[in-house]
Amino acid sequence: MSASKPKLSPNVGVHPAYHKEATSAKPIEVMPLPPLLRVSMSQHLGKPALPVVKKGDTVLRGQVIGEAAGFVSAAVHAPTSGAVKDVAEAPTAGGIMALAVDIAPDGRDAWAPAVEENRRKRADLLARLRDDPAAARKEVVAAVADAGIAGMGGAGFPTHVKLSPPPDKPIETLIINGAECEPYLTADDRLMVERAAEIWQGALIIQAALGAKRVRVAVENNKPRAAAAMGAAVADSAGDCAVVMLETMYPQGAEKQQILAILGREVPSGGLPMDVGVVVENVGTALAVRDAVVNGRPLTERVTTVTGPCVAEPKNVLARLGTLYSDLVAFCGGFARPPCKIVSGGPMMGLAQSGLDVSTAKTTSGLVALPRELVGAFVSMPCISCGRCVEACPSGLMPCELSQMLEAEDYEAAAGCNVADCIECGCCAYVCPARRPLVQHMRRGKAWVAAQRRKP
Amino acid sequence: MSAEPAAVSLIVSSSPHAHSGASVRRIMLDVIIALVPALAVGLYLFGWNALRLVVVCVSACVLIEALCRKAMGRDPGVGDLSAVVTGVLLAFNLPPALPGWMAVIGCVFAIAVAKQIFGGLGYNPFNPALVGRAMLLVSFPVHMTTWAVPARLASVLEPARTAVDAVTMATPLGWAKTSLSAGNALPLALDSVATAWEFFAGFKPGCIGETSGLALLIGAAYLLYRRCIGWQTPVFFVGAVAVFAAILWRVDPARNLHPVFHVLTGGVMIGAFFMATDMVTSPVTRAGMAVFGAGCGVITMLIRAWGGYPEGVSFAILLMNAVTPLINKATRPRVFGHGRRK
Repeated sequence: MSASKPKLSPNVGVHPAYHKEATSAKPIEVMPLPPLLRVSMSQHLGKPALPVVKKGDTVLRGQVIGEAAGFVSAAVHAPTSGAVKDVAEAPTAGGIMALAVDIAPDGRDAWAPAVEENRRKRADLLARLRDDPAAARKEVVAAVADAGIAGMGGAGFPTHVKLSPPPDKPIETLIINGAECEPYLTADDRLMVERAAEIWQGALIIQAALGAKRVRVAVENNKPRAAAAMGAAVADSAGDCAVVMLETMYPQGAEKQQILAILGREVPSGGLPMDVGVVVENVGTALAVRDAVVNGRPLTERVTTVTGPCVAEPKNVLARLGTLYSDLVAFCGGFARPPCKIVSGGPMMGLAQSGLDVSTAKTTSGLVALPRELVGAFVSMPCISCGRCVEACPSGLMPCELSQMLEAEDYEAAAGCNVADCIECGCCAYVCPARRPLVQHMRRGKAWVAAQRRKP
Repeated sequence: MSAEPAAVSLIVSSSPHAHSGASVRRIMLDVIIALVPALAVGLYLFGWNALRLVVVCVSACVLIEALCRKAMGRDPGVGDLSAVVTGVLLAFNLPPALPGWMAVIGCVFAIAVAKQIFGGLGYNPFNPALVGRAMLLVSFPVHMTTWAVPARLASVLEPARTAVDAVTMATPLGWAKTSLSAGNALPLALDSVATAWEFFAGFKPGCIGETSGLALLIGAAYLLYRRCIGWQTPVFFVGAVAVFAAILWRVDPARNLHPVFHVLTGGVMIGAFFMATDMVTSPVTRAGMAVFGAGCGVITMLIRAWGGYPEGVSFAILLMNAVTPLINKATRPRVFGHGRRK
């Protein structure tokens, strides 16, 4: 492991109160099967999957229940064996409605035969990846696509797409993102502590699939145990592999900021990491890739940190995809105090929920229940031009100025001042003494820019 | 305990769901706290007269703010404490003997005209306290330049006390200006370390809050610690004054004050640390703050050296306030992923 100084992106951010101590020392707990799993067809970025089962069908764990609707989409699999109770629209964490398959588990949790077939078929894939990577790469990408893996850090971008860069964009470096810079969340931290070797195996599979020369595992220095575990896993590997310590600073987990911190490269505006020869994958994604290639298993479960001052027993929970938030909370002892806000994801970029009738998805890194005193009602005031948002913005924007343009509905001016480069990290609104809804303004501006670009 | 928050209504709002706890009120409170040392020196030097003006200005500003807001059908708005800050700063920029009713006129101008007509806190292009002071200076030039002699006085100024007037006297800058424009030499040779120290501590005539650079620096250190001001504005302001004054002094020491005294007399210290750093009316970028500070320093010296007034800090800051939007535009940070870096 590198003993050098922790890396920090020169574009600054903020130091929110982290509150990770509630769950950072707690081992991942496996949640028993709930009475109902509501598996959404929209758990990823891109087109929702198309359901291929109907009410009354019986399904086995790992069986495809939703097929990818195109290249930028992801397949969805039954998270356990049981009976399909319904296929109907249900709310997602993102606030939209999407088709979901309701499954009543039968308790056997039996795997579909295809899983065992895949395992056998891919038994020598690792060896072939070493000996003849060019030929085996396609198979890895196909296995990842079959497994329905989407970025588990929160964005949910279909992983097979990331693993298929165009030939003119050679990938030099793979970054395994274990920064987990969001407050409260410890799912990735625990995953690294408990399953470092498997994550690293997944990382090597992705590296081989991409033909990348270098692998870097990025960990913020507030997770020493995770860094040590990953360091031990990496130590035996030949080649240019290392764990990189990042200074704890939000948003160092944002991929563009992370690439700048680690490699000193800046992804061009509107571009992707592949434009600078980099692919960034979350640690959970690496683990899922390993599971798909080595065990033939599609993505049917993930670790979610259920926490916040309102949760009776905060935990890191390994739950099946489609577990209702209400069941997750019940597994964590229910609410000790009435929550005022329930956030799916972390408090900086997560989505506030209107209820607990939403179910976990491939992107559900956390569920944070906040009490009134941490949410509170506030009135936003006019901007006093303190400049703190300008200082905090990791994208180099002037949120104060942009928000005033957007309040005046001067979208052209905001577009001219690069509102589209906002990554919605929330640093500006976090530091704003006038409590202005800056991110909300930015989203409106970004939506306008996106709509303009779609126009013929 | 139930997992269903049935009886609870959940707040659904845009991210982020965490906040630093910073507030406008807290920032204003910090500015007030930072002004306490200078207030203490003002009270020590000028006695109850100083207290009288501070009380008058603060009450008038708060009252006028509340009345304006009521007239416009808005919430009272005084809870953000910005009117208190304006009141204290305006009082700090007044001569201690100024009649109270004049101060009230300044307050009306500062709050009603310079601030609320533009839309209130955040929308005022010019520093309200300075607009109030500038208005008073052009309306009541005699009262605004009549200085009570502080109980303790810098040794170098002692002769002036008897030479000019027993009760009032000019500020060092005013004295120098009058003498020079009458074709005489500099009336005071400000070149001893002891005198510089007395000036720095505040033993000289001047406005209530501006005399003690030491007290102002203590307050400014607190503001820097609380991250309420950027260091760029005051450093470039004072730096520009010092460099400009040093050049003049090198060229003709007989007709120009020593740069140390240019920095320590008049309103440079309070202007650089408390007036030019006003968030609303100064740039938001660090580079912009530097440009703004330097501009204030240069204009201050232009007025002091060639202008009609002995002191130019207020007008310098007001002039730079006018170009703040342009400075912001010119100093926008480089956006991530645009230009230079690869």
